[in-house]
Amino acid sequence: MKHFLSSLLIAATVACAALPSPTARAADDITMGFIYVGPKDDYGYNQAHAEGAAGVAKLPGIKTVEEASVPETIAVQETMKDMIVQDGATALFPTSFGYFDPHILKLAKQFPQVQFFHCGGMYVEGKHPKNVGSYFGYIDEAEYLSGIVAGLTSKTHKLGFIAAKPIPQVLRNINSFTLGARSVKPETTVQVIFTGDWSMPVKEAESANSLIDQGVDVLTCHVDSPKVIIATAEKRGIYCCGYHASQAAIAPKGYLTGAEWDWTHVYSYYADAVKAGKTLMDGSIPHLVRGGLKDGFVKLSPYGPAVSDEAKTAAEAAKARFMDGSMVVYKGELKDNTGAVVIPAGTEMKQQDINLEKMGWLVEGVIGSTK
Amino acid sequence: MRTNGTSPADLVLQAACRPALATRHCKTTGPGMSEIQTEPAAPVASPAAGPKLPSLMSRRWRGMLEAVAIPAGAIFVSIILFGFFCAVNGANPFAVYASINKAAFASWYAWQETLVRAAPLMLCALCTAIPIRLGLVIIGNEGALVIGGLFATAAGLAVPHASPLATQIVMAGAGMLCGGLWIMIVGALKYFRGVNETISGLLMNYIAIAILNQMVNGPMRDPSSLNKPSSYPIPDEKMLQPIGSTSIHWGLVYGIVACVIVWFLVHHTTFGFKMRTIGGNIRAARIAGLPVGSVTLIACFIAGALPGLAGMVEVAAVNGSANESLNAWYGNSGILVAFLARQNALAVIVVSILLGGLLASGGILQRVHHLPDATTLVFQGLVFLVILFSESLYGRWKIFQEKAA
Repeated sequence: MKHFLSSLLIAATVACAALPSPTARAADDITMGFIYVGPKDDYGYNQAHAEGAAGVAKLPGIKTVEEASVPETIAVQETMKDMIVQDGATALFPTSFGYFDPHILKLAKQFPQVQFFHCGGMYVEGKHPKNVGSYFGYIDEAEYLSGIVAGLTSKTHKLGFIAAKPIPQVLRNINSFTLGARSVKPETTVQVIFTGDWSMPVKEAESANSLIDQGVDVLTCHVDSPKVIIATAEKRGIYCCGYHASQAAIAPKGYLTGAEWDWTHVYSYYADAVKAGKTLMDGSIPHLVRGGLKDGFVKLSPYGPAVSDEAKTAAEAAKARFMDGSMVVYKGELKDNTGAVVIPAGTEMKQQDINLEKMGWLVEGVIGSTK
Repeated sequence: MRTNGTSPADLVLQAACRPALATRHCKTTGPGMSEIQTEPAAPVASPAAGPKLPSLMSRRWRGMLEAVAIPAGAIFVSIILFGFFCAVNGANPFAVYASINKAAFASWYAWQETLVRAAPLMLCALCTAIPIRLGLVIIGNEGALVIGGLFATAAGLAVPHASPLATQIVMAGAGMLCGGLWIMIVGALKYFRGVNETISGLLMNYIAIAILNQMVNGPMRDPSSLNKPSSYPIPDEKMLQPIGSTSIHWGLVYGIVACVIVWFLVHHTTFGFKMRTIGGNIRAARIAGLPVGSVTLIACFIAGALPGLAGMVEVAAVNGSANESLNAWYGNSGILVAFLARQNALAVIVVSILLGGLLASGGILQRVHHLPDATTLVFQGLVFLVILFSESLYGRWKIFQEKAA
């Protein structure tokens, strides 16, 4: 019955897409369901996705349903089921990394007509159901640009990076930020503190204060909600770079720029594809969708008042090279911060390189350890 | 209830405890024991207690009515308060009530969702509901769940060639053993060193979470779990399967069975009697020669074993491997359930289902009424506060009082 209903919906969808009239009736709208692991106004990961959902909700023929603060337990399975059965959603975007295995995989088998798009790039051809796809952005490109701005703004040449866990995604951001900063000021160091979890406001504030006490004058982070860190930096009168979404409102004086997602762009792409009747199942929507600055997946926050013209020029120059595809962040010879060569001379690792997704080291110039 | 004195010690005990047990709310007076309210101590020593049978019956009847009417009234009041909250947020309260009912109880589909969410709450609630009989307020539920789930996974992975059933038994055993030992530490700290059990249990939650993170990031880590460090997975065919064609897993059955067994243990066994005696008046219990230490440790072990089992179910029925998702704070909801159920194990079943229904309706409040995601938390908080306040109403109304003897 459920399958029948959802196939009916898909049929309706396709029929609707074929109609020339731009004012489709509400009943024929495509329903996209968005699920977040935290609150929608966290100034971070979830807000970035919620902004993306709000962006597609404006498109004609698209209806969105949302649920926030859904834990990575059986609760998310129930939420997905409700969105499919009660709200008639045909495309789901469960955005938290931990929703994928086992929750999305289980539901995808139960509802083969519904498309599940997961943020994180975990899809493996042949291993996972055909109606599952994943998308992710090379946000470390924006981190590299942030690093350039931070490096040229810092007077102490000591930058601070507060991170949740030493996992590949996070390490890549730290390394790109560091490489960006050292590309313009080679004497720069980046001190890293791992808090151990995605949302630890108290530890994040303590880490921020401790880094500032050690002479760090630009702070950035990779945690779910940068709010506390940015607020602490502003209060202590130093500079900061944001992450996930724009935190400029929290630090009007010290906010330099930040690495932001542009999910509106990505979700609009999916909305158009689904509206045109394309599916993951027949291969007309690719299972893995990725991109960086060039593809509009990520962007840089507008420069704050403290950013010098020199820094803007340097960052824009690097950005232009990302846009034309000539920039390679990871190329040899590159040493980690223990002195071992991690990328030999003459080797270039492009963004798509699978080895970058297994990153377990911190680049030279980072003070800290992954252990 | 077993009232025929089983040993001379019990008789002495009954005599010693009568004054304390006669009042509706025994404040524990033992050294260092926290003051908490225990379940109405119905006729512990009925043959010796004296009152004529009819009046005893009537008192029990009125007492039971009070015990139902006050929580029910409290829930009713909190629903009204919640209605104001919804109205302030621009939603029609009556439409919200209808949606909660629709999402939680109005169909078999809704019931499945409710029951799935209720299952872990039952086992977690017992972790608080059992030691409170001894006068111990233990809130280390989450820690016991996390430790139970972690070691259940380790045990399951340690027997790669066992059959599915054997694997599950090994996992359940390991989860219960480790969860039990975890809370037993809290009991031992209290008994031997006088450490406040509420604080130590709370802090041990964080130690448990740290151990979980350390293990899944280190020794137990599956190297292919790059961005979400996890243990190696339990193979699909060895997982706990759902019951029949429903989406409900066996955790629900474990929860209900555990509640019934605990209820029987507390109310119908000598051990339960000893527990309640210690909780009622620890000095009297000592004078009577009750083995306070061993009863405390055993009760704490049982209390921890149950959330340990809940942790095993989370891994074996839902997650498939141990990782940070295990730490979803079911334990804290369990504390709420235990207090709402007034520590009665059978009431825990009912309250868990009610709370499960409330959690299940959280989504529809967001999706249909556009209420904020914290709405269910606000409702839970209101219910909790009103119930705690309602505790002060016991014995205030004549209608629930025994007629003058």
